[in-house]
Amino acid sequence: MLILHCPYCGVDADETELSPGGEAHLTRHGPGSDDTDFESYLFMRENPKGPQFERWRHAMGCGKWFHAARHTVTMQVFGTYPAQTQRPPQEILDRISAAQPGWRWRDLGDEGQRA
Amino acid sequence: MSDLQSALQGARFDGYVSVFEAQPAGMIQLRADLAEDAVAHAVHRATGATIPQPLGLSTGDRGEALWMAPDELLLRVLTDAIPELLADVQDDLRDHHHLALDVSAMRTEIRVEGAAVREVLAKVTPVDMETLKPGTVRRTRLAQVAAAIWLSNDETAHVLCFRSVATYVFDVLSVSARKGGEVGAF
Ligand SMILES: [Zn+2]
Repeated sequence: MLILHCPYCGVDADETELSPGGEAHLTRHGPGSDDTDFESYLFMRENPKGPQFERWRHAMGCGKWFHAARHTVTMQVFGTYPAQTQRPPQEILDRISAAQPGWRWRDLGDEGQRA
Repeated sequence: MSDLQSALQGARFDGYVSVFEAQPAGMIQLRADLAEDAVAHAVHRATGATIPQPLGLSTGDRGEALWMAPDELLLRVLTDAIPELLADVQDDLRDHHHLALDVSAMRTEIRVEGAAVREVLAKVTPVDMETLKPGTVRRTRLAQVAAAIWLSNDETAHVLCFRSVATYVFDVLSVSARKGGEVGAF
């Protein structure tokens, strides 16, 4: 059972109070965009075996959307953060690096291990 | 003018705690920036209550204010007072971005009373009923639907659910409260 801290109401919400919203930090490509961008917006996902950034909604609670960083295999939760951002907070990135040196997710990752 | 009919017509079940439909209340949904003075003023004028803390409930001489979300309160007042109070709130906030609506017919309150209310609710909600303090309002899941739950004391629980699922919630709570179903967990 997954328990995520809702950054809006402060509740440690049980998974059954939440609804999943898929992968986080997508760039929307709408009308007028080229086919490749539109395809990537609609279909291309990281789907990692490791750290993942996701959207969740506190559907049965305060109703707000938020972000969560979690490990898809161990289910370790690295943290949650508000939706009004395009990048995870540094402290969460650091926490992932501590648990999983060398991790990568799109253009994010463990800087120390990348070279 | 039609009269407001309650969803459950005052239904009641007596098990090892009692489950019954509470008297219908007037309810105003208020969405606004809760940090604004004008909002505090409007809430106070309508209910006599202050702006509640997050997940809190505050009581005034004319009603109570429940914290529903960072930008949403539910004001509970006497049904008859609704038209006047709603007009007051809308007038107080006319220069502020807000939404104030009469949602009296949207939700039903079911009361659970008895020494074992925490246990009866713990069977059907993920909220930690052992540590829930009276006066904390938890919007959560009750069996398969959304509900708000709060305790006004250790033997009185209030469950607020959407009217369309009132029968379901009443039945679920009645089954949970059935004699012979005591767990003795808390
Ligand atoms: Zn929440």
